[in-house]
Amino acid sequence: MSEYDSEVEAAIRENHPALITYITAGDPSLADTKDYVEALDRGGSDLIELGLPFSEPIAEGRTIQDAINRALAAGTTPEGFFELVDDLETEAPLLVMTYYNMILQYGDSEAPRASEEASGQRPRAKPDVRPFVERAAEAGLSGIIVPDLPAEEAEPLRRACDDNGLDLVFIIAPTTEGERLDRIMSHVSGFAYVQARLGTTGARENVSGATHESLERLSEYDVPKAVGFGVSKGDHAAEIVEAGADGVIVGSALVDIVASSDTPEAAVDRLEAKARELKRGARSGAETVTIDPEDAPEPEQP
Amino acid sequence: MSTEHDHDDGDAGRTGTFGDYGGQYVPEALMPALQELEDAYERYVLENEDGFMDEFRERMHDFGGRPTPLQRADRLSDRYDREVYLKREDLLHGGAHKLNNALGQVLLAKYMGKERIIAETGAGQHGTATAMAAAHLDMPCEIYMGRTDVNRQRPNVYRMRMNGAEVNPVEAGSATLKEAINETMRDWATTVERTHYVIGSVVGPHPFPQMVRDFQAVIGDEIREQIREKAGRLPDSVVACAGGGSNTMGTFHAFVPDEDVDLVAVEAGGSSLDIDESEGLAPNSATLSTGTDGVLHGAMTKLLQSGDGQIMESHSVSAGLDYAGVGPELSHLVETGRVTPANVDDEAALNGFHRLSRLEGIIPALESSHALGYLEESADELGDLVVVNVSGRGDKDLETVLEETEKRDLEAAPDVEVFDG
Ligand SMILES: Cc1ncc(COP(=O)(O)O)c(C=O)c1O
Repeated sequence: MSEYDSEVEAAIRENHPALITYITAGDPSLADTKDYVEALDRGGSDLIELGLPFSEPIAEGRTIQDAINRALAAGTTPEGFFELVDDLETEAPLLVMTYYNMILQYGDSEAPRASEEASGQRPRAKPDVRPFVERAAEAGLSGIIVPDLPAEEAEPLRRACDDNGLDLVFIIAPTTEGERLDRIMSHVSGFAYVQARLGTTGARENVSGATHESLERLSEYDVPKAVGFGVSKGDHAAEIVEAGADGVIVGSALVDIVASSDTPEAAVDRLEAKARELKRGARSGAETVTIDPEDAPEPEQP
Repeated sequence: MSTEHDHDDGDAGRTGTFGDYGGQYVPEALMPALQELEDAYERYVLENEDGFMDEFRERMHDFGGRPTPLQRADRLSDRYDREVYLKREDLLHGGAHKLNNALGQVLLAKYMGKERIIAETGAGQHGTATAMAAAHLDMPCEIYMGRTDVNRQRPNVYRMRMNGAEVNPVEAGSATLKEAINETMRDWATTVERTHYVIGSVVGPHPFPQMVRDFQAVIGDEIREQIREKAGRLPDSVVACAGGGSNTMGTFHAFVPDEDVDLVAVEAGGSSLDIDESEGLAPNSATLSTGTDGVLHGAMTKLLQSGDGQIMESHSVSAGLDYAGVGPELSHLVETGRVTPANVDDEAALNGFHRLSRLEGIIPALESSHALGYLEESADELGDLVVVNVSGRGDKDLETVLEETEKRDLEAAPDVEVFDG
């Protein structure tokens, strides 16, 4: 590895401006996910996030909620997910994005249910994050993103990730400010996931004003910043990179392609083409040199 | 109100945890709002800044009808051969204990300068209480309610709309309470700067479990005073139903330090305590007796979940108990042995409903009927002096009760055929 001790950070810094893509694993099947991930990799993704579906995705908008429901209906399990990752050979490092309860419960499937426990004497073990993190490392994942785990609750997972050489990526919201922002930015692992707007994931028509404000607010911190939530087009990628981001994160627009393609083959082609469009957009944004963020062009008002 | 108790509430203090349970497992965007809320809760609720608690109590008296009576149940006392008292939260404005919390939170939102109220509702009881409180305090209000619940709780949908609230049906998943909470959290994550989320039970991230408990603690504070006056001593046991656990914690809180008073939380046993992992279905919501530790809706608590960590669809004949989680403080009090978890099935609850209606002239909510079903099954274990919290009235449940009674041969039921025509 390069001068960076994190594979994830290296993937962003060395491929600047980076494209980070997301799809939900198991939508519509884990076999299809394998083809889709490879297509995103060929299309120029520098990092790929794989969603491990959880039944209560409170940070997700309708598009990814529906994908998660399809994946769960198809019987996607954490073990099936890890087996998929075992099989994947991509150039882009892989991250898993999932909710905290999935991490807590993994590896405990064999534990007695409470009803059995009542009759037996072996008390059920408390949930533990380690089995998940160890399995993730073994499968070759490079990092973890947990949308319902704020920094304040993250100590056990952070320790387990450190011990296993994984990055634990935190989200910076438009409402993250002051002392909390300082604290989170001083512990950045991999990159800072900059949430472009308040609300949930979902493709949008334009780049929010909040994105420009956030990037300006974060410009003093020397950590890789990638912007997600709502990014759907090459033009967005250009605008965001121009405003100072080191990468863009695209999810719902890709999940839309998976959902709306007539055949898996068509989805593969479209995903690869979309990744190329986004990467091209990001690059063109980097070519427009901005000295002062104030000089950046305002987003066009329709 | 129990502000006096709270200052020495060591384990429930700053960190927002109760033993292993509680915490703040929410998206980053909500963290600053939780801090803001925690700060407002400490100042206004715990320290009575600007006379917040005085105004709250006065409104609960004038608008809500507090205090509610503690009534000796003469025929139940005969039947079980011990003194049985009923705490009549069914007589609170709106017909359930829910107003204690809803009015407290809407008033707090107002003190915080928020401009909009949102809330989830299952059966519609918390939604109606919130809509009433918002109308009373002149705040715009939107309620999220699963489509399934909208269809089966029509009268409550009408009541909310009458009070000026917008009702947003939620179509996702099984379209019940769990999905309504998810959707309300998504709204809050979008509008958090000017909106307050009035969560409906002692669930969710800190400070909600503690704050909702404090607004509901008036129930137990009144019982303590009233039972001393009427019976000259503290009860041997106190029984309350538990869904999320707000009437439960509200009833128990004042008694937690009284080790001689047994506290029993009665959950919905539904149709069976077994779970079907492959279908993701638990035909009950007996979380405290059968659940396992995990994180849902912002807190570490006991849950109905699969081995992989997917949350189960719960079931109960009573919509208000139909939830796969439970308040973290109750999980903790069960874990330490201070609260005894119990459950009775749909049938026992229906019998409890009919029995109280016939013997005492009180039609209880199906939720509260679980506590009464437990009294029938286990009166012998409850000592000589028992208090049961009647958390709400059953008008909202009449249709369900008629339907469910017709399917069964219930010993306490009247002949429901005669209800037709
Ligand atoms: C009358 C009544 N009792 C009890 C409950 C259950 O809630 P909790 O467990 O928070 O008291 C409800 C919920 O709707 C209710 O309407």
